[in-house]
Amino acid sequence: MKRSLFGRLWPNVTAVVLFIGCVFPVYWMFATAFKPTGDIIAENPVWIPVDVTFEHFRTATEVEHFWTYVTNSLTVTVLAVAFSLIIALAGSFALARMRFKGRRGFIIGFMLAQMAPWEVMIIAMYMIVRDASMLNSLVPLTLFYTMMILPFTILTLRGFVAAVPKELEESAMVDGCTRVQAFRRIILPLLAPGLMSTSLFGFITAWNEFALVLVLNKEAEAKTLPLWLSSFQTQFGDDWGATMAASSLFAVPILILFVFLQRRAVSGLTAGAVKG
Amino acid sequence: MTVQTERPPSGPVDVRKTDDEGPGRPTPRAASRAGALVPYLLLLPACVATVLLLGWPLLKDVLLSFQNLNMAQLIQHVTEWNGIDNYKEVLTGEDFWRVTLRSILFTAVNVALTMVLGALVGLLLARLGRRMRFTLMMGLVLAWAMPVVAATTVYQWLFAQRFGVVNWTLDKLGWHSMADYSWTSSQMSTFFVVTVLIVWMSVPFVAINLYAATTTIPSELYEAAALDGAGSWRSFTTVTLPFLRPFLYATTFLEIIWIFKAFVQVYTFNQGGPDRLTEILPVYAYIEGVGNQHYGMGAAIAVLTILILLGLTAYYLRIVLKQEEDEL
Repeated sequence: MKRSLFGRLWPNVTAVVLFIGCVFPVYWMFATAFKPTGDIIAENPVWIPVDVTFEHFRTATEVEHFWTYVTNSLTVTVLAVAFSLIIALAGSFALARMRFKGRRGFIIGFMLAQMAPWEVMIIAMYMIVRDASMLNSLVPLTLFYTMMILPFTILTLRGFVAAVPKELEESAMVDGCTRVQAFRRIILPLLAPGLMSTSLFGFITAWNEFALVLVLNKEAEAKTLPLWLSSFQTQFGDDWGATMAASSLFAVPILILFVFLQRRAVSGLTAGAVKG
Repeated sequence: MTVQTERPPSGPVDVRKTDDEGPGRPTPRAASRAGALVPYLLLLPACVATVLLLGWPLLKDVLLSFQNLNMAQLIQHVTEWNGIDNYKEVLTGEDFWRVTLRSILFTAVNVALTMVLGALVGLLLARLGRRMRFTLMMGLVLAWAMPVVAATTVYQWLFAQRFGVVNWTLDKLGWHSMADYSWTSSQMSTFFVVTVLIVWMSVPFVAINLYAATTTIPSELYEAAALDGAGSWRSFTTVTLPFLRPFLYATTFLEIIWIFKAFVQVYTFNQGGPDRLTEILPVYAYIEGVGNQHYGMGAAIAVLTILILLGLTAYYLRIVLKQEEDEL
């Protein structure tokens, strides 16, 4: 079938427009972050930063406690991802490889848990944490973040474990491995891509979490980066350069992870999300 | 015990089970009984976590919703039960119903826009050449990967009253009254920006997902349709659409959940303002509960919100649960 020139042209033109629409906000964030203030508050927008400056990044990172926020965010995120991976690995192995009573119930339970409306439950979580005198601490944050990403991690890993051929494991056991050894030497290495894409999702969720930390941790020592970022604009008035520099710093780790793991991440995330 | 002896010894399940235990165990029966516990032991940490960290807050939320809990009670650590007073107050008040209606409309508009645009972009991806598709895909992934709080901040800047690039463009396009327009000043303009933001963030997921689904459609189906004389529109409605239906259902369901509880976007953009006119249910629960320190009331709103969300997704949830039961 031959298509007319118009028929060949419009999909590409639409794609270009969509591409610009997708990328422009991200571009504008970086562009503003690198522009001198004079160019930011110009009557006509300066589309491409010519005089590159790092001044805004300096302003953003010289905020009091900045490095505390970074450490807090990293600690909470990395620990939550690690905990949920360990817990999920055990659970997903059982769900993918073993037959037992109530298996279906467990899976449905985790599917429902995945839908949990955390944003709505913050009052109850605040009360629990307060009654335990744990406000302004990273411990409850880590625990709740672990739980927020746990159901997804279990369900996605279940798919990845199931995809490892059972024969590999069996032949390892025939060769004298115990089941634990077979798991560690055969399945775990093959699970690496699955572990990466699931931890990417967990990383994003924990890194982004805002509602809970907003309520639980009011003291600067226990705040995380999302709070720093959202308070920025009020703190600095209309210093958009510094605000965009802060946004860039916050977004860069995620963007890099995503671009690196793009392929796997996309297929992993969609498979996990759609299949529950 | 009788069950075990009655089972045919050659059943595939039994064979596997004895294989798993390995040779050299003295009492196979005791070993397999212990082996039967293994899956539960493996799932134990996950279940303990779920009960403590998800079940307990849920239960606590329900308990709190039956208490008179304001600043005074909070400070003195007293528990005052007040039956269904919170619910009575919430349900008879005008605010709750207004916010509920607003929330449902907000979700409906955003989900509809996201799904329609996402589906169109997904179909477009399938039509594009390799290089163009890769380019657009990278753009979509970039928008998708952008963290919510950062994206909201960027949109505040794009739509800033002064020096915002959107106002500048509208002014240059001849709409001069928009030159100094404050997007946070009215209900509709705030919702407009939040909607643009949410659609921008959500379309990539739908589009990429749908594109991935179209690649799994067997081309024989199209050939058969063409042989039967179907034009491109007919083969779209008879082949593509039915094939994509489960994906469309699944993504719609997820989008409803995600958008319904879009706390971060709405709250960080304008704190539910102006005049609390853009509060959606999660924001309303937060502002009533934590902001105004009516914790019991907030908890009651939260419980009702969860019920509404369950109601909105019940239809699809039933399909999924049934499907999952058939599969397992």
